[in-house]
Amino acid sequence: MGDSYHVPHGAAYPLVAVTPADSERRKVMTDTAGQPASAIERPEDTIREASHGSRLDPWMQSYAQRTAGMTTSEIRALFAVASRPEVVSLAGGMPNLSALPMDMVATTVAQMLATHGLTALQYGSGQGDPTLREQILEVMALEGISAHTDDVVVTTGSQQALDLVTRIFIDPGDVVLAEAPSYVGALGVFASYQAYVAHVASDNDGLVPHALEERINELLASGKRIKFLYTVPNFHNPAGTTLSLQRRPQILQICQRHGILVLEDNPYGLLGFEGDPPAAMRSMSDEGVVYLGTFSKTFAPGLRVGWALAPHAVREKLVLASESAILCPSTYAQMTVSAYLATCDWKAQIKVYRELYRERRDAMIESLGALLPQASWTHPEGGFYVWLTLPDGLNAKAMLPRAITERVAYVPGTAFFADGTGHRHVRLSYCYPDPDRIREGVRRFASVVQSELELLETFGPYDVTAGRTPPSRSVQSPAPDLS
Amino acid sequence: MRHVLVLAGGLSHERDVSLRSGRRVADALSRSGVEVHVRDVDQTLVDAIKSSPPEVVWPVLHGATGEDGALRDVLASLGIAYVGSRPASCHLTWDKPVAKALLAAAGIATPAGVALSHATFRELGATALLKSVVDSLGLPLAVKPTRGGSALGLTIVRSAADLPSAMIAAYAYGDIALIEHFIAGTEVAISIVEDEHGQARSLPAVEIVPDGGVYSYEARYTAGATEFFTPARLSSSAAESAAAASITAYRTLGHQHLSRVDLIIDADERPWFLEANVSPGMTETSLFPMAIEAAGLETSQVYAGIVERALKTS
Repeated sequence: MGDSYHVPHGAAYPLVAVTPADSERRKVMTDTAGQPASAIERPEDTIREASHGSRLDPWMQSYAQRTAGMTTSEIRALFAVASRPEVVSLAGGMPNLSALPMDMVATTVAQMLATHGLTALQYGSGQGDPTLREQILEVMALEGISAHTDDVVVTTGSQQALDLVTRIFIDPGDVVLAEAPSYVGALGVFASYQAYVAHVASDNDGLVPHALEERINELLASGKRIKFLYTVPNFHNPAGTTLSLQRRPQILQICQRHGILVLEDNPYGLLGFEGDPPAAMRSMSDEGVVYLGTFSKTFAPGLRVGWALAPHAVREKLVLASESAILCPSTYAQMTVSAYLATCDWKAQIKVYRELYRERRDAMIESLGALLPQASWTHPEGGFYVWLTLPDGLNAKAMLPRAITERVAYVPGTAFFADGTGHRHVRLSYCYPDPDRIREGVRRFASVVQSELELLETFGPYDVTAGRTPPSRSVQSPAPDLS
Repeated sequence: MRHVLVLAGGLSHERDVSLRSGRRVADALSRSGVEVHVRDVDQTLVDAIKSSPPEVVWPVLHGATGEDGALRDVLASLGIAYVGSRPASCHLTWDKPVAKALLAAAGIATPAGVALSHATFRELGATALLKSVVDSLGLPLAVKPTRGGSALGLTIVRSAADLPSAMIAAYAYGDIALIEHFIAGTEVAISIVEDEHGQARSLPAVEIVPDGGVYSYEARYTAGATEFFTPARLSSSAAESAAAASITAYRTLGHQHLSRVDLIIDADERPWFLEANVSPGMTETSLFPMAIEAAGLETSQVYAGIVERALKTS
């Protein structure tokens, strides 16, 4: 190794040959029994025997291919710091439950157990509690949906409904169309079934219909099988945008023409700040849409109660799939939700939540406007998130460690793309912190952006993805319990 | 029964690793019959220690505050016995260029390198400076923050065009970046403990062979992503030099109770010092517990021994 002996001009560490005296060597060397090593030199090319190779995981060769993305990630580890109170976390998605009347909920639960305890603690129907399914129809009616109780399948959160729909439709290599960006939880599900996710351009009014048409034609021409379009039409996570009313039937027609199912995921529809929610896509098409709903944001996420509304044949398979996954959704949790809907003014509660989130959205938008003229962002009219675009040349993922040092957390845009892009974007959530904390968080974030711009000025434009290891398929968003 | 307070967590980038290390250490100590409590390092810590002083504190913290000596200074001022190196030794070890300079003076080879702040690049112009760095150090290069562990901010640069993004990645973690000539060879970690007379003893070297060639954060903490060989597959003379180098590092830097020294052994069997760690990782995929196992020992036994050493030397 000739150049390892070269002493470079100006190098901080001249290289010095190491020749410890033999006696020194003998003094410090010890074998595993704590005895001094033998003074007799062994032949130089004798490799120690019995070197034991290990990967620390005896099951390494056994995992299914679908586990490829299940690795630790630096990014995810940084979110461990975000849970400390010193850090203003604009990274989480935890609903703010402070406004929930806890005493009332506690009484409702106690009463439910007292009167129906034996049912509540027993296995129930794989499709879900019939009373709750009726009540779910009432909830969906607020968004223009009319349906039959038989077509509702209650699941453990709409996350599970997403998993079941993917399970019954996707073979490895099948295409799922998704918005650009898309919900990180859905991308994780699609990856676990080895789907090929094709992102489709979206703008401030949501998915762009002609972009959808083009992408479909492209994919079909290359011989791919497209199974469904996954869309979050209201107050999108992470984009904050809403699919315009005008575009909804257009999207439906395009998909119908190509025989592509629409999977409409709507956790935030009732959390709009201005006026009534837009009509659901499911209200415009019975057979072409599977609709997913949840009580996580309108009531509470800890109960893990969501649902799928599907055409009857799809519903049959979903029930079977659900039974084989969980036997049945939690009877206790369903009856809690049911009792809550029956005895508490749940619509008023949703209004209280809306106001809480509106106040926070306003704090975020105002402070962004005041402090980040170099960036641009979406203006959500409901939901939890603002999608921010950084000045050209910045890398949200590379910037996160600095942000953590400055005590603010966000989710880098790369988490929301299956194709390794998204470096220029940031998801900022306003659902949890108080308005003052949100303002402080934006202030800190602005200072991080400023420092990064200075670095960019020093080093000039560069390829944000150059030289690093290939884009990781690991999960790059925080766990659900990060506020 | 000994009362030990394990500190784990903190606010550094390595908080997650520290939490896991802390749990493992606490677990092992409990198994050896020690009463253990685990606390995070936050604004309640000082009062908690004052009101109920533990016999000894084990800061299982990774990253600044825990590893740079600051916290230990605080513990010393509170009159509490603690495990590990003293503050001055921590300062010298935590700052890689300082540790390297001391080791070079002690006769241990260390890769040629430069430590540069962002401000220096601004003053001297990045293009000119980066070109001169590549001209003098050659390729490939290892770029990393001068302070920090777990390979956070580390990039191996094989082409000059990749250097700017590597600098930005390093500066995300700290103000000064170390650019070193990358030495190809066998990467080994040598963990060191003290015997009952306070003599430093090296445990069997662990050889690290990560998939993808870089012992990155992912490679360290995803079980299965890296292959380890214990003891390292070195000739006996190479193993002896490596062990000797690690003991020299321990002594030169003034370590106490435990540490871990990371080396690369080149094709000529020369050990090159990369860095040392006063608070090595103790997770289920970490090198220190692996070395203990390779030595045929139990972590509970070794950790209890470390606690006893800490009490003796306080």
